[in-house]
Amino acid sequence: MSEVITFIVAAAIIVIGAIGVVASRNPVHSALFLVQTLFGVAIIFLIQDANFLAAVQIMVYAGAIVILFLFVIMLLGVDKSEDLKIDPIAGQRPLAAVIGAALLGLGLTVVLIASDGVTGAVAVSGSDNALDNGLSDVERIGRVLFTDYAFAFEVTAALLTIAVIGAVVLTRRPVAAEMLPDRNPASLELPPLTPATDEEEH
Amino acid sequence: MELTTNWYLVLSIFVFSIGAVGLMVRRNPLVMFMSVELMLNSVNIAFVSLGTSLNDVGGQIAVFFVLVVAAVEVVVGLALIVAINRRHPDATADDLSTLRG
Repeated sequence: MSEVITFIVAAAIIVIGAIGVVASRNPVHSALFLVQTLFGVAIIFLIQDANFLAAVQIMVYAGAIVILFLFVIMLLGVDKSEDLKIDPIAGQRPLAAVIGAALLGLGLTVVLIASDGVTGAVAVSGSDNALDNGLSDVERIGRVLFTDYAFAFEVTAALLTIAVIGAVVLTRRPVAAEMLPDRNPASLELPPLTPATDEEEH
Repeated sequence: MELTTNWYLVLSIFVFSIGAVGLMVRRNPLVMFMSVELMLNSVNIAFVSLGTSLNDVGGQIAVFFVLVVAAVEVVVGLALIVAINRRHPDATADDLSTLRG
């Protein structure tokens, strides 16, 4: 019973946060509502004994990803709150509402109509990748991650490296523009980027 | 009253739908990204609960990889947003027409 209560509280936190992300005018509020949702998801992980994932969820998502969002929001200016009253593309919102309701209806139908929600091969009790093999959560994930999923794990390393390089390449200023002497010392603005210098970059 | 897998799946579907609507409605690219994060998180909930019901750690492994890919996606996506914003301040997702040569 206590599990049910915890689930309901966590679900309320998650759904309220999700609606807040979508409905906030100010992107900073959206980011903070996103943190709320991520904490709720961490609680959901804890209910299901996925302790490692709950910790990673908070460290990586709330600690890194949302902070990155906030950095970019601050970089681009906080004062740009969007006016949600106007609808620039006629019919966009009704259409989005219809598609969202359709998604919700389809998903709920699939889950609730099926008498036996989950089908598939149940892991052999006590085996390496079974949840009831007596190991701790971290040890179980570590064993499986570095045996069965070792290749995927290594590809992940390559992916992260590519992402870091990509972010650096995308956001650096063109070297040619930086080398130019500043003709107007009063302005600390970046020199305007011209398409020609950009093409030389690549 | 018992907590079954269906509860988690229903929650997951709700969050996914909210994220999808946000992605379609909002025009600020940052908020659109956050909506994508919502959808990724809803799938994570489904992964963990299905893994629990099948007594398999594979669901949690999948969530681990989703987390990595989400981090990568955010890094590259935000770099793109910063790069676009440097050239076109106040750019929104509606300004696709500037992609024409």
